[in-house]
Amino acid sequence: MSRNDPPKTLYEKIWDDHLVEDLGGGLSLLYIDRHLVHEVTSPQAFDGLRLNHRQPWRLAANLAVPDHNVPTVDRALGIKDPISRAQLEALDANCAEFGITKFELMDRRQGIVHVIGPEQGATLPGMTVVCGDSHTATHGAFGALAFGIGTSEVEHALATQTLVMAKAKTMLIRVNGPVGPGVTAKDITLAIIGRIGTAGGTGHVIEYAGEAIEDLSMEGRMTLCNMAIEGGARAGLVAVDDKTMAYVKGRPFAPKPEHWDAAVAYWSTLKSDPGASFDKVVEIDATSIQPQVSWGTSPEMVLPVSAAVPNPAAEADPVKRSGMEKALKYMGLEAGTPIAQIAIDKVFIGSCTNSRIEDIRAAAAVVKGKKKADSVKLAMVVPGSGLVKEQAEAEGLDKVFLDAGFEWREPGCSMCLAMNADRLEPGERCASTSNRNFEGRQGAGGRTHLVSPAMAAAAGVAGHFVDVRTLS
Amino acid sequence: MKAFTVVTSKIAPLDRPNVDTDAIIPKQYLKSIRRTGFGPFLFDDWRYQDPGDLQIDPATRRINPDFVLNQPAHQGAQILIARDNFGCGSSREHAVWALDDYGFRAVIAPSFADIFFSNCFKNGVLPVVLKPEEVQALFEGVAKNPDAQFTIDLPAQQIKLPCGNTFSFEIDAGRKHNMVEGLDEIGTTLQKADAIRAYEARRAQQAPWLFAS
Ligand code: SF4
Repeated sequence: MSRNDPPKTLYEKIWDDHLVEDLGGGLSLLYIDRHLVHEVTSPQAFDGLRLNHRQPWRLAANLAVPDHNVPTVDRALGIKDPISRAQLEALDANCAEFGITKFELMDRRQGIVHVIGPEQGATLPGMTVVCGDSHTATHGAFGALAFGIGTSEVEHALATQTLVMAKAKTMLIRVNGPVGPGVTAKDITLAIIGRIGTAGGTGHVIEYAGEAIEDLSMEGRMTLCNMAIEGGARAGLVAVDDKTMAYVKGRPFAPKPEHWDAAVAYWSTLKSDPGASFDKVVEIDATSIQPQVSWGTSPEMVLPVSAAVPNPAAEADPVKRSGMEKALKYMGLEAGTPIAQIAIDKVFIGSCTNSRIEDIRAAAAVVKGKKKADSVKLAMVVPGSGLVKEQAEAEGLDKVFLDAGFEWREPGCSMCLAMNADRLEPGERCASTSNRNFEGRQGAGGRTHLVSPAMAAAAGVAGHFVDVRTLS
Repeated sequence: MKAFTVVTSKIAPLDRPNVDTDAIIPKQYLKSIRRTGFGPFLFDDWRYQDPGDLQIDPATRRINPDFVLNQPAHQGAQILIARDNFGCGSSREHAVWALDDYGFRAVIAPSFADIFFSNCFKNGVLPVVLKPEEVQALFEGVAKNPDAQFTIDLPAQQIKLPCGNTFSFEIDAGRKHNMVEGLDEIGTTLQKADAIRAYEARRAQQAPWLFAS
C-alpha cells in the first residue's frame, strides 16, 4: 500500500488481488486459486463440461476427495448402498477422465474436504478458495477468501478458473477480552450466531477480530469461520499472524523453500489496515460467553448451558413466535426446562466444525477414566481425516474413547448430515459438535443440539447436558 | 439457461422464515448424479407423511394433506412466497433444481441466503426481494383469493397485483441482463480467456508459489 491509498479491509485486499475484470452491472470476474471437489455437488458439473466439450482450465488448482457419503466402519468392505457407491464411482471416473488429483477412500490423507485442505497446505493465506459446500467458509481462518458455491459455479470454476461475483459488504465482529476457562471456539461462534441471527451476516463477509480471536489456535479459528455461514455470511475471515504461518509451514502443498520468504512477506500484509471502514461492526464481550447449547431447529436458537428452554409466549414478533413454537414441538421440549436437564440418546463428535486433533483431545480429556452413561445408546467419535485419526491414535486417544464405551470411527462427514449409514432415528436426541440443527438434518425426525466437543463428551458421560466448567 | 422475462401466475404461500435447503430437498436425494427429476421430492419431509428416497416411487407415498403445496387451491402456481432468509443452509443447487423441476419460476421473500440467491440466477429461477410489508400484502392477497394472478415483469422490475397496484424490486443490472437473455455464463466468461491468462501471468510474478505446481 502506498501512503495515499485509502485503508482497506482484508476482504478488499484479497478481492482486489483476484480481480480479473470489472464486468459492470455490479458483477466482477474473480480469479479462483483453489477449488476443492467432493462427490455430492460435482457430478453434474463434470457432466456439463463433457456436454460442452470443455476441459478444466488449470488442473493443479483442483483437489478432490470423497467425504459426504463414505462409511465410517468396515471401509475395506466397500460401500453397501448402491446409490452412494455410484456417486463415489462417478467422482473416481470424473477425476480420472479429467486428470484431477484425488485422495482415494483408502488413502490415509482422505477426510472431510474442509479438514484436508488446510491439513495439506492446499489452503493458503490470501487465496481464493471455493468448494461446492457451504462450509468452505472454514478456510477463512487462514486469511483466505473462501466460500461455498453451487454446482453451476463448480462447473464455472472448473472451466474458467474464475467466478462471476457481486462484491459483498463487510462486517467486523470484534470479540473483546479473553474467554473464560472451558469456553471454546465453538461457544464463541454459537454465541455470535445467537447474537446476530442466522441472517445477520447475509450479503456480508465477516472478519473476526479481537483478543479472543487472536488467542485461538488455527483449529479454533477454523471452527469459528466454519459457522460464518450459519450467521448468514458466505465467508468469514481472520487476519494472518505468526500462528497462521507456523501452521502452514512444511505442509505438502505449502510454498517450497525458494518461495517461502516471498510468501511470508506477502502474507504479512493480509490484515485490515488501521482505519479501514466496515459496513457493520459488532462488539462482543468475550468474558460474558458461556458454553453454549442450541435448543431449537435453527443455529440462532442457542443459549448458555445455564439457561432454560425459552417460552415462545414471551416473544413479541409473531413470525418468530410461531417459529419458536414449531421448533419446540419438533424438538420435543417444554418451555422453562433447564437445558442441563435435557437427556440425550446419542453423541456425535465430528464434522468439519469440530473433528480436528484439538477437538478430539478436548473430548478425550473429558471422557478419560469415565464411562458413557447407560442411557446413551451411542456415542461416536469421527475424526476429520485419516491423518487426524493417526495422530489421535499415536496419542492413545482412541483407547480413551473405547475404554469409556465411545465408538472410534473412520473419517468422513458421517452423522453431520447422515448421508451414509450414521444417523438419528425419529425422536432421538443428539449432543452434536456439527453445525446445523435443522429438522431432519441428522436423520428424519432426529433432534440435534449443537455443542462443543467437550460439552458433547460431557453429555455422553452424564446422559444429559452439563456445564463442562463444573467437571473436576 | 432458460430466459426469464415476464411470468404471470397464481402464488403459493409458504408462511415460514428460514426455509433451509435441507427442507427444500433432503440429503438422501443428493445422491443422484443427475440435474433433473427433483420436483417430486421438493419439501419432501413436509409434503409426505412417510419417508422417501431415490428408490421409492413418490406416487406410492402418503401425501400430507395439510401441507400448503398439497392443497388443490395452490396447484399449478409458478411463484412461491415465503418469509425471511429463504434458502439458508447448505450450498446444494439441488434446492433450485427441485423448485424449477416442480414448476416454480420465481420465489419472493423479504430476504434470501447468499448462496441460494446466486444459484437461482444460474438456473433461470428468479429470486425477488420485496419489503416485509409487501410480502405480507401478497400473503394476504393469496389468502383472500388463491386463484389471483400476479405478474412478475423482470425487464420492468415490477410485480403487478390483481388490484392493479405494483411493487418494484431491485436487481443487479448484470444479473438481470443474464436472466433476461438466458445467457450461458461459462461461454460468456470463456470469451474473456485472454484477460484470465493475462491475470495469471501478472499474478505469477507477484505470487509465484501459487503457480509452482
Ligand atoms: S462435515 Fe457436515 S457440514 Fe462439513 S462438509 Fe461434511 S456434511 Fe458438510
